[in-house]
Amino acid sequence: MGLQLSDAQPYHEAQRAYEERLTAIGAEEMVINMGPQHPSTHGVLRLQLITDGEIVKEVIPHVGYLHRCFEKHAESMSYGKTIPFTDRMDYLASMNNSHAFVMGVERMLGIDQKIPKRIEYIRVLVCELNRIASHLIAIGTYGIDIGAFTPFMWCFRDREHIMNMLEWASGSRMLYNYIWIGGLFYDLPVGFEERCSDFIRYFKPKLPELDELLTDNQIFISRTANIGPLPADVAINYGCSGPMLRASGIKWDLRRVDEYSVYPELEFDIPTGKGEMGRIGDCWDRFKVRVDEIKESVRIIEQCLERLVGPLKRTVDFDPRALVPKKVNLKAQDYYVRAENPKGELGFYFVTEEKTDIPKRVKARGPSFHNLSVLPELAKGVLIADLVAILGSIDIVLGEVDR
Amino acid sequence: MEITTRVQRLLAAEFGEGAVIEVEENGLQPALLVHRDRLAAVCMFLRDHEETYFDFLSCISAVDNGVESGTFSVVYHLASIPHQHQVTLKVTIQNDRRLDNLPVVPTVTEVWRTADWHEREAFDLMGIYFDGHPDLRRILLPEDWEGYPLRKDYEEAETYHGIAIK
Repeated sequence: MGLQLSDAQPYHEAQRAYEERLTAIGAEEMVINMGPQHPSTHGVLRLQLITDGEIVKEVIPHVGYLHRCFEKHAESMSYGKTIPFTDRMDYLASMNNSHAFVMGVERMLGIDQKIPKRIEYIRVLVCELNRIASHLIAIGTYGIDIGAFTPFMWCFRDREHIMNMLEWASGSRMLYNYIWIGGLFYDLPVGFEERCSDFIRYFKPKLPELDELLTDNQIFISRTANIGPLPADVAINYGCSGPMLRASGIKWDLRRVDEYSVYPELEFDIPTGKGEMGRIGDCWDRFKVRVDEIKESVRIIEQCLERLVGPLKRTVDFDPRALVPKKVNLKAQDYYVRAENPKGELGFYFVTEEKTDIPKRVKARGPSFHNLSVLPELAKGVLIADLVAILGSIDIVLGEVDR
Repeated sequence: MEITTRVQRLLAAEFGEGAVIEVEENGLQPALLVHRDRLAAVCMFLRDHEETYFDFLSCISAVDNGVESGTFSVVYHLASIPHQHQVTLKVTIQNDRRLDNLPVVPTVTEVWRTADWHEREAFDLMGIYFDGHPDLRRILLPEDWEGYPLRKDYEEAETYHGIAIK
């Protein structure tokens, strides 16, 4: 602890207490740093472990290495210009981030009910494609954490098809800036629907293969079942959301609860953890919920495609930018919007001012941030190897934790 | 009945008229302006009462209301998983913006553990001191960072550890 904090700076009691806590550890205990450059921390996350042999007694997470001042940034530019930055928060699910942000601004403008159905269906289509891509990464990298390399390659192979399709639509591979306030950057390229159907036809048989490889793999089950069970009440109290909360047995999906966009018109189920291999809310359940959600997303995509080539098919005069406002004129108000991202509840809190299109305050509630905050609770008394399994099952993206 | 009105009546019945100062209705989501000293009790009550049951704390946002107004707000977005409703609570504090005199708000970490990181973030970026918080360290910025960047009167330092950052 070579850090010098000047006594002139008040409000440092907690920092001093933390440093004293680390210097006062017992003779058998050892402080180990895991990260920020560690492959199993999924990015620049630093975990300070207080260990006794192989047993983790306490975990102190340190975040902020990827802090890029999203909120400060958003206060200095207009709403539309912030969308590319939202892409960079959860960079594995950029479409979903923009969708949540755009939805909030549209509701404040009062144009959310006027958006043409075709635009909404395209939004849901690309969001669900992105959700599959994000879950494929979660599953693939989780395999690596546990020690299985093949699933990672298989998942990335399939994800690459999605990346290519979204690149075709938006011009960018990962950070799309595709969903705009009031519309879209462009309509889908001609032939996209067919290519997407081809992909679904190709992708569906891959899912049972993945199950054979990982989900029902006995070694994998031994490493994840009964590890890090998260009871539902603890999950709620720690603000966990998304697959993390659903794995604990709570049927809570904002796509159904808030019924935003065109999700009420689509049929899909909400998978929850059932403790099939061990206890409810263990690592295997969290993994399984994501696998099942991929299947549900495939169902949603099929329904979207059906409508996008049927009743809502492209017309010559269709302009996806028709409703895009030149300037976002809002009255002074505040609004909290939330949406179901692959990682959980993504929220944006806007405080707007009159006569300017620059927000006074934008606060982003990143689901990974709060899912991660439960780690010290989950990791009490586990083995170091299990800590890796638990952390992997939370599926964090540091871009969103640190914003 | 609108959930905000219902919550307001429940709070008036439990804590008297003083707990909720006013209902802000300038937009799509009304907010209850809660008296600072009653905040923790109000949150605990709303979490446990069977009619409200706000078991999920979605978000805590600290807002700087501008240098002229001399106030800060802390906004709490609560959600109830069984009832599927939401409510917004707001606390406003007068403050002179001196760095050795931070605005003080009682912590709600006893009510929701997730408030821990929310409040650390608000302390880190906006300089709100949460009284009773178990571990109020900076979370996103380095621990020796000076100032609170999301404040409207924040001025960036010229250097950090001898490195020019401007």
